[in-house]
This record gives sequence, structure tokens and C-alpha cells, in this order.
Amino acid sequence: MAGVQVSDVSRIFGAHKALDDVTIDFADGGFYALLGPSGSGKTTLLRQIAGFDFPDSGRISIGGESVERVPVEKRRIGMVFQNYALFPNMSVADNVAFGLSVRGEAKAVIATEVQRALDLVQLAKLGVRRPHQLSGGQRQRVALARAIVTKPRVLLLDEPLGALDKALRVDMQIELKRIQREIGITTIFVTHDQEEALTMSDRIGILRDGRLVQEGPPEEIYDRPKSEFAATFLGDANIFRGDTTGNGIRLPDGTAIAAGAGATLAAGTKASCAVRPERIRIGTDTGAADGDANMLKGQVSKRIFAGNNSTYFVERAGQTLKVIVQNTGADRLAEGQDVVLRWSPESTVLIAAT
Amino acid sequence: MAVRGAVASRSGLRSALPLLAPAYLWLTVAIFLPLSAMVFFSFMTDLPLSGKPWAFTLGNYAAFFSQGLYLTLLLASLRLGLEVTLWCVVIGYPAAYVLAKVLRGRSREAIFLLVILPFWSNGLVRIFSWAMVLREGGILDTALNAVLPFRINIDLMYSYPAVIIGLVHSYVPYMVLTCYLTLQAIDDSLIEAGRSLGASRLQVLKRVIIPLSMPGLVAGAALIFVPVVGSFMEPRILGGRTGTFYGTVIEDQFVAVFNWPLGAALSFILLAVVLVILAVASPVLRRAA
Repeated sequence: MAGVQVSDVSRIFGAHKALDDVTIDFADGGFYALLGPSGSGKTTLLRQIAGFDFPDSGRISIGGESVERVPVEKRRIGMVFQNYALFPNMSVADNVAFGLSVRGEAKAVIATEVQRALDLVQLAKLGVRRPHQLSGGQRQRVALARAIVTKPRVLLLDEPLGALDKALRVDMQIELKRIQREIGITTIFVTHDQEEALTMSDRIGILRDGRLVQEGPPEEIYDRPKSEFAATFLGDANIFRGDTTGNGIRLPDGTAIAAGAGATLAAGTKASCAVRPERIRIGTDTGAADGDANMLKGQVSKRIFAGNNSTYFVERAGQTLKVIVQNTGADRLAEGQDVVLRWSPESTVLIAAT
Repeated sequence: MAVRGAVASRSGLRSALPLLAPAYLWLTVAIFLPLSAMVFFSFMTDLPLSGKPWAFTLGNYAAFFSQGLYLTLLLASLRLGLEVTLWCVVIGYPAAYVLAKVLRGRSREAIFLLVILPFWSNGLVRIFSWAMVLREGGILDTALNAVLPFRINIDLMYSYPAVIIGLVHSYVPYMVLTCYLTLQAIDDSLIEAGRSLGASRLQVLKRVIIPLSMPGLVAGAALIFVPVVGSFMEPRILGGRTGTFYGTVIEDQFVAVFNWPLGAALSFILLAVVLVILAVASPVLRRAA
């Protein structure tokens, strides 16, 4: 078991900077998600850590040992591939045994370890099957058992749940988390699914165009995004753009929005404010209410009912704002209705313009 | 896949008939009829031409067993087939691997073209080109002596190696093509998975790639071994006096000695031997694949 340090790593393919000076520290035993849209460099970063590809500059160390020029087979990592990559010419047990067998372990040791790994992923009875006789979820478990049986220092997962359907994916998320806790292995997994990243990981790194945009615990990134991209990529956000006033911004039409969180910026510079849709209260009462320093008037253009909540789209000065209201039994608002939106400065994050 | 095929054949044989008919009609006319005629000839004492008397006999088949020469030549041909097949594996498999797994785009197309080229050139032209290269004072001899500081004598013409060279050249594309197809179907992530589990490139090759490409190797070997055992053109032209093989003897019966019945009988013995070899080898090969 070991932590992974990535320092100033860049990787350039021709004219394209796939990784641009990325520094990120994966602590021992943590569960990390690398989140980003396709082409953001998240898989490239994972491949540098795995050793399938070497960085053009920068350093990578696993457990304090510098590995950026060490080939993959000598890095002692475990990897689960998006398409599972099970060897079709071998049984499930032989697939799991592969890593131990190439290392030259004794037959008895291999048999015990393989059984233990299959027990861990709850496939104890399927050792004799061939990969093509398994369901997607079972293949996923075999791939995981194969990756951890060698006791790697770090477990790398490349969109491991991408090929599974929704219900199975949720099961596997819980399962994966359980196994990771049980063996306490440092785990780094690549995903483009923000929900998966939020629910599974201890920390999230958001990548965009080869750069690390923000890194931290899911709550921190969600509540305190440092860029418009982080705010809108991880969850939904209403973004207001204007000039900084010191404790908020002033919109082009003169409306002030107070922000109680985020960056400290000199007055007069361009900046934005991000507000999560579920933090805004929507109503028809135009009177002032205490605590909610921010107030905007608008008109409901659309309402989407989703059972436990409703999403209102509110038109205001050419901007469409999104408000999510829990289904508490209160009166619903009609499309076309004039409404007042209120939210507290604490729910408003000030973000420097990029 | 076999199950799906069986279902399809049960429900769709009637509708498939118009599609199958031309091929089977052609096979019947072009292969089955002449072949049956040959089977018939192989049991005759002489060809029924110009009113010569003839009778049925087993003598042509008996000749194979009574004269040790035929058996010796058959064994020599089988050895030739084995050696040529082995060389084709040694040369063709790495080439197929590079084509399927290393090269991409333009360079792959270019190398592919070079591999296919022997297919498109006329067999005789190909063999006589080798004759020019291999003979004493030929292209290889002259080129080597131009480069090397000492004098050497390359005279491979009319030798066993010359026959091997000519045959390998003719047949190696089969091995490259069949292996290329199976290698290309192997997902690159399998290779990466193997290496991530601590296997060296050689271990991945041995345990993952070769077993998975076995069907291609077997298909290539069968495509090469069978015709090489019966080959006569390369042995005759490149082998000269040393190039007497089972195939050349059969050819002699048809074109020189004009003993068609004996030639036909020898051909069917060869066919039987090859079929037995393939039948014995197939369970072993299937298990390996």
C-alpha cells in the first residue's frame, strides 16, 4: 500500500498538450476520482501513473519511490479496464491467477490466494467458468479480483462501471467501495460521471484540457467551486457575471449580489457568482425577508416535475435561472407566473473570472 | 456461434438455396467430376485412349507399397512441407504481429502491400527470379562479393535450400494474412492487462497472444503444408537434380511418362496421408487453440 505523488507532469502528443503541468497528491489508502469531460486528460494521467505511457516532464512516485521511467510490469499496480480485458483463453480462476503465476508463485499459494480473491468479490463458485459465460457485473468482479490478488500498491480503475446498466452500476459502486475499505488500498479511478465521483470518492480531481482545475473532497468542490467550469461540471449551478464589489458582484443592470464564500477579489475586476439551484427559494411574496440578502424578480418559463422535486426555469433579464424545489406539498407555481427568488450570501460563491 | 448457425440453417435453408446453388454447382462440375474421373483412372491398367485394351487393377496402388522409392519420396515431401511451414511461421508470425499491433495507417498499408506482392506475381516469374538470384555468379553472389573483402562462392541453385527459399517465398503471405487477422482481433487492452499484472512482454506473448492467435497459426499452417507436400514447380526448377519429390514424380506420370493411372493413384495416396495427418493433428491443435 502506498500513496502516489504526481508532480508537474506534462504529456504532449504532437501539438496537443494532453497533460499540462499536473500536480496532485493521492494519499495512502484514499479513494480518488479523476473527473472530467472526454479529452480532459484524465485517462492519460491514469496511464502515466500505471506506466503504459511516460510523461514528457515531471515526476511520479509510488510509495515514495520514483517511477516515471519504470515500465508498467515493474510498478506493482493493479488495473481494471473499461472493457474488463479478461483473457478469453483462460478460466476465471486462471485469469485471477495470472499475476501470481507470472511471478512464479507456488501452485498451492496461488490456489489459496485466488480463492480468497474470488471470495472477496463473491464469485467463489465461478472459478471454472470462462469469461464469456459471465454477465457484465460478474466480469467486472473478476477483473477486480485479478487486479487485487497480487497485492498491488495502488489500484487504478479506468471508467470501471461505464459498461454496466444503471441499476447494476449503483450496486457495483457500493461493492467497489466495500472492497476498497476492506483491503485499504489507495484507489484512483477515472470517470466522466459526476454522480459516481460524488458518491464514491474521498477526494475528487477535476481535469479540463489537460489541467487540474480543482482538487479536494466532494463536499468542498461542490460547495466551494473555484471556477465556473468546476461549478457547472460537478452539479448544476446558476452563474451570474459582473464586476466585483468586494463582498459580491454588481450585475450589468445594477443589481447587487452578495457572496459569503469563495475568492477574495479586489473591487472593480470581472467576476462571477455561482449559486446551486437547490439553494434558491422561489415564491411570490415581494416583501423583504431577513437573512436572504439576495433577491431577484423573474418569470417562470417552464416547470419540470420529477416526483420528489420540481425544477423551475425562471427568465430574468435575458438569463434563464434554474431553481429546484423539494416536493413538500406546498403550492406549485404555474408557467408564466411572476416570481421572486431569494437566497443567502452563504450560498453564493464568488469566482474570479477566467 | 455454432448454435446460432444451426438455428439459421434449419429455418433458412430453403431461402439460402439460391445463394448456395451456384457455388455447389461449380464445385460439382469443376472438382467432383474430374476428381471422380481420376479415381476411376487410378484403378485402370492403362488409359482408354485410341482403343487400347484396359482392365481394372489395384496395381497402381500396389506399386506405391512395393517400391520403397515412393515412400522415401513421400517422407521427403512431408519433411519439406513441415520445414516450409515452420519457416513460414518463423518469418510470417512476427511480420503479422508488427502489422497488426505496431504499425498504423500509411506504413501499415505499405508493408501490407509488400507482403501481398508475391500473390500478385506469376508463379513461374517468381521462381525464375529466384533462379537468377541464387545461381553462381547470380545477383546474390555478385552483390555479396562486391561488399565483402574476401571471396565467397554462393551457389544455392539446384539445392534443397533453394527449394525451401522458393516455397517459403510463395507461401509466407498465407501465414501473414491468417495470423494478421487473428492478431488484429486481439484487444490491445489484453496486452496491457497482462503487463499491469507484472508479466513481461515475452510472458504476455507466450500466455496471451500466441494462444489467442492459435487459430490463425493453424489455418495458415494447413493452407501451406498441404500444397507444399504436393508441390512440383519449385522443386523442379530450383532443385534441379536434388529436387525430386513426391509431387514431381506425380507430375512426371502425367506429363512425361504418360502413366495417368499411376499418377492418379499416387495423388490419392498423398491426399489420404494428408487427411490422416490433419485428422490426427486437429484435436491437438483445437485444444491448443
